[in-house]
Amino acid sequence: MAGIMIYSDKDELSFELLSGAKLISGHTGLPINAVCINNSEQAQGLAARGAETYLINNEAINLADSQGMASALESAAIQLDANIILLSSNRRGKELSGRLAEKLAAGCLTDVGSIKVNLDKIECMRNSLGGAVLAAQMITSDYKIIAVEPRVFEEMAVGKEGPINNLKIEAQAAELEVLEQRAKVGDTANIESANILVAVGQGLKSENDMLIIKELAEALGAEIACSKPVATDKKWLPEERIIGLSGKKCKPDLAVILGISGQVQFTVGIRDARTIVAVNTDENALIMQMADYIMVADLHDLVPEMTRALLVKKRLNGVRL
Amino acid sequence: MNIVVAMKQIPDLQQVRIRNRQPVLDGVPMTFGSIDKNALETALQLKEAVGGNVIVISAGTEELEDTVKEALAAGADEAYLVLDDELEHIESSVSAHLLAELIKQIENIGIILFGEGSGDNYSGQVGPRIAEILGLPEVGYVCDIELEDSRVKVTRSLEDCEEVVRVSLPAVLTVMADINEPRIPSVTQILKAGKKPQQILEVEDIGFDLKGDKKIVTLSSLAPENKRKQITVKNGEELVDALLTEGVIRR
Repeated sequence: MAGIMIYSDKDELSFELLSGAKLISGHTGLPINAVCINNSEQAQGLAARGAETYLINNEAINLADSQGMASALESAAIQLDANIILLSSNRRGKELSGRLAEKLAAGCLTDVGSIKVNLDKIECMRNSLGGAVLAAQMITSDYKIIAVEPRVFEEMAVGKEGPINNLKIEAQAAELEVLEQRAKVGDTANIESANILVAVGQGLKSENDMLIIKELAEALGAEIACSKPVATDKKWLPEERIIGLSGKKCKPDLAVILGISGQVQFTVGIRDARTIVAVNTDENALIMQMADYIMVADLHDLVPEMTRALLVKKRLNGVRL
Repeated sequence: MNIVVAMKQIPDLQQVRIRNRQPVLDGVPMTFGSIDKNALETALQLKEAVGGNVIVISAGTEELEDTVKEALAAGADEAYLVLDDELEHIESSVSAHLLAELIKQIENIGIILFGEGSGDNYSGQVGPRIAEILGLPEVGYVCDIELEDSRVKVTRSLEDCEEVVRVSLPAVLTVMADINEPRIPSVTQILKAGKKPQQILEVEDIGFDLKGDKKIVTLSSLAPENKRKQITVKNGEELVDALLTEGVIRR
């Protein structure tokens, strides 16, 4: 029994997983099988990228039902003789990972940030202890389930066409009923893809002060992000803008971090930024230790000053504002 | 109806310091993960709306007997615990099996609540694993719950959309941090917490082989190296100049 199987509910994440599977296959020589469920477009995309693709078409399998999805993937793994299963570590993928792992009596690692293959050993790096440490871990059970974070691997490029096979999987009707699906309203910021981020924390005194943050972000061409309490407790920004362990992991060129003390649960989401600026009234705040540029100041004073300085530089340079 | 809340004891991460790339855990007090507290608050609000009992379940070292008072003070009625000093760094599959055994001892369960991830490992596996062990439906990343007799209507928050689903009870739900704001217990509640019932089991009572069920090995665990310039700047202009010179912002 040996082989690699990949699955994600998101097309682009499945293309990334295909690159991850290639890495493992390159070291182990194991065959790669890409599985799609009720999504022939994704199957075409995977096949166009050279994958041996298996399309499961069965309307009884409901994407929203982790129970039925895990059953379907369990059957697929057995039929395809695959023991290494790569899933995406988005929300649906993480739910599925745990459930499928239990079915297959498998060890499972989620939120995997990188993979290294040493002979036939697959070493996975993931954050531990709230992000204070990076752990290198390996799964020792026969079945191995690895859920990989988005953007860890590049999407596999289109190349030699692979075949699309139909895979027949029996399924029972889901117990779970989907009543409605709605797009998230309002804010659709993607802080993970921003080159520059301005991140605010609890040093911000009032919601009105968000205005000066917006002005700075505009002058910098930055997206606004925040630490968790600003979104979950104060609700000044939506949950999509949280940086950290339970939020987004960002790698911008520049992160300007304002009034955030720098607990690991936050810094884990920003420590891969190329340049970090920390502004805090407390010179001993943890965030200062991980900054390239340190400014001991009240953000309410510094932010307008910085915005002005930026605008002056742009004007001197003849840029129309 | 009993509402079960699974909580994980972790070191207070705000007090963990790093020395020689190793976390220093000596003297760091134990607490519950922050999203676990949202799960508890969810249970307490459900109890206030429809009645029932809130039962906290947890597996951990002996200190858990003390840590669980946090949850009892906040309003949980009772706790079911597995205590063993070997339970300090257990993997998700072991947690799931131990907690599932605790759940089997509780009758008349309506909802089993989890935070969407623990405070330390944030793997998000234990809820779905327990649902699988017990053969129950599971909905993750819940931001709203509406009880309807023997069913529950929940809103799940995904990256790009919200999904409203209905499942029959009992069900496993994992909640998001922004579902509510956990209450802070009063001094009297804290003092009374010690008197609330705790059912304590040991690993042997459950008949579980801790060492025989390892599926993960940890090869290394180190704080990431931190190489930063650490330049102190005096004002906004100096900062902007430095960033322009560095080329991370454009004129």
